Amino acid sequence: MEEKEILKRLRFKFPVEVEDSAVSLGDDVIVIAKDALLPVATFLKEKAQDYAMLLDLTCVDFRGKEPRFEMVYHLFSLSRNIRLRLKVRLSEQDLWIDSLTGLWKNANWLEREVFDMFGVRFEGHPDLRRLFMYDGFEGYPLRKDYPLRKRQPPTRLRD
Amino acid sequence: MPTRIEKEARPDSLLLNMGPSHPAMHGTIRIMLELDGERILNSELEVGYLHRGFEKTCENRTYFNLLPYTDRLNYVSPLINNLGYVMTVEKMLGIEVPERAQYIRVLMSELSRISDHLTCLAAMAMECGAFTVFLYKMRAREFIWDVIEQTTGARMTTSYIRIGGVKADLHPNFDTVLKKAVDETRDVLKDVHGLLDKNKIFLNRTRDVGNISAEDAINFGWTGPCLRSAGVYYDVRKAHPYLIYDRLKWDVPLGERGDNFDRYMVRMKEMDQSLRIIEQAAVRIPQTARSHISGGIEPAEAIRASRRRKPRENINLSPNLEGSEEFRYRDITASQKGLAVPPKENTYTTIEGLIEHFKFFMSGHGIQPPKGEAYFAVEGGNGELGFYIVSDGTDRPYRLHLRAPCFHIVSALEFLIKGRYVADVIPTFGSMNMIGGELDR
Repeated sequence: MEEKEILKRLRFKFPVEVEDSAVSLGDDVIVIAKDALLPVATFLKEKAQDYAMLLDLTCVDFRGKEPRFEMVYHLFSLSRNIRLRLKVRLSEQDLWIDSLTGLWKNANWLEREVFDMFGVRFEGHPDLRRLFMYDGFEGYPLRKDYPLRKRQPPTRLRD
Repeated sequence: MPTRIEKEARPDSLLLNMGPSHPAMHGTIRIMLELDGERILNSELEVGYLHRGFEKTCENRTYFNLLPYTDRLNYVSPLINNLGYVMTVEKMLGIEVPERAQYIRVLMSELSRISDHLTCLAAMAMECGAFTVFLYKMRAREFIWDVIEQTTGARMTTSYIRIGGVKADLHPNFDTVLKKAVDETRDVLKDVHGLLDKNKIFLNRTRDVGNISAEDAINFGWTGPCLRSAGVYYDVRKAHPYLIYDRLKWDVPLGERGDNFDRYMVRMKEMDQSLRIIEQAAVRIPQTARSHISGGIEPAEAIRASRRRKPRENINLSPNLEGSEEFRYRDITASQKGLAVPPKENTYTTIEGLIEHFKFFMSGHGIQPPKGEAYFAVEGGNGELGFYIVSDGTDRPYRLHLRAPCFHIVSALEFLIKGRYVADVIPTFGSMNMIGGELDR
């Protein structure tokens, strides 16, 4: 019951921004417009909704489809013990999204990882650099058009 | 290219490099410290030295073939990683696992949890100078790994928990070995409590060092023992019960201050609770007629007898030996066809078995979850170990993402050591239980 309620409340609060909502294998899924990410996330974090924890943040590359990328956020409410999956679709030409570092501190590294692996730019991120790969790495390894066994050019030694 | 800290450092401060190969950096991680004397003004973490492209590799393997890669995430508790992955796929497929297999899974993941906590605390204590504790805990871990080895056939890279169930049934001698491991661990825990709980040196290095408030811990996405040490009641096993955890009696130990000592204490108490779970599960596990075959003849004798006639007696084969699966499968894997590797005795002896075998391993066949996506989490040694899998209906995951618990925990290290002394980095980092394989993926 609880799940339906949050989907309903979100639809009521953001009638235009919520593009789609569903329940997939027991998890609530909400697809929102790109501009709405910050307001929706702030609204969900408020005491009334209490999604206090950003469980996970990642990206999926649907190559060949438009929009190509899909950001996936997993939020978790400790007090009500439910998870929520938030999705934002991004097109390749306009590959940026607002950063959530102001709301959740672990978004810092998570967003750096997505930037590293997919090349999504996060607007408002304090220190957007690659996380796992080194500076000078070419391409974005988790994109579907990055070959599995691609080799990188040799790097120069640091001075 | 200069790093952030090199650019921002004050001209009069000292930059000190710790790692990536430093005795106290458990995996390979680099910490750049900006120091004013002994005090840390700022720090910067550099991770990724152990990045092996886990997610990319998995997206190019079949659902069955990628299981061994999950062993190598948190290499101290591989069974829980297996479990997390396998249960996510099972959620997508909608499979019910036999009860005996569920009990085996619980037993194995609790043993792994104990070995995980033992390793973490052993390393942490050693870095604070308590070498005896390290040796004691390693000794207890050996007994636990004896159980794991006997059941799975491997100590660390187990690949034991499979989609639909587990790979092999328990060894006939399981109860004896388990009892020994449980008793030894209890003894060690008692000794360690005596050695460390009121130890002045240990307390000085851990009490009120590396404090984190409950709000900050939640904000950083902490889960597991680290979050509970800050006093937040959240355990995936209680919040979203999976397997048979809701049928067993156990408590969730909590800390108060969220400092290093609390993290140590919560882990110690959690091991006690895990032992409790193991003892209950070991008694309650449904026994089946086939689980302990007795009265069979020894393999050597069977070979000798087969020279004269075809042997018809039961042969006493080890349950994790290939070729002894068929009559055990009913209790330990789901009944749907095409989920588990077909029994070897069929593959080798019948044409249907051979076809089944090929149908399982050929590309384009095998396990194919329906289109869709699933997120499933289990309680790992470090916290919520979640897998997010997107399936496009083929035999390979379209996208596989791991929510590594220690990723979130380690990302708070810069915040925790700011303003503290250099010596505080070591116990703080040690109590976080950073595991390179899981952090860097």
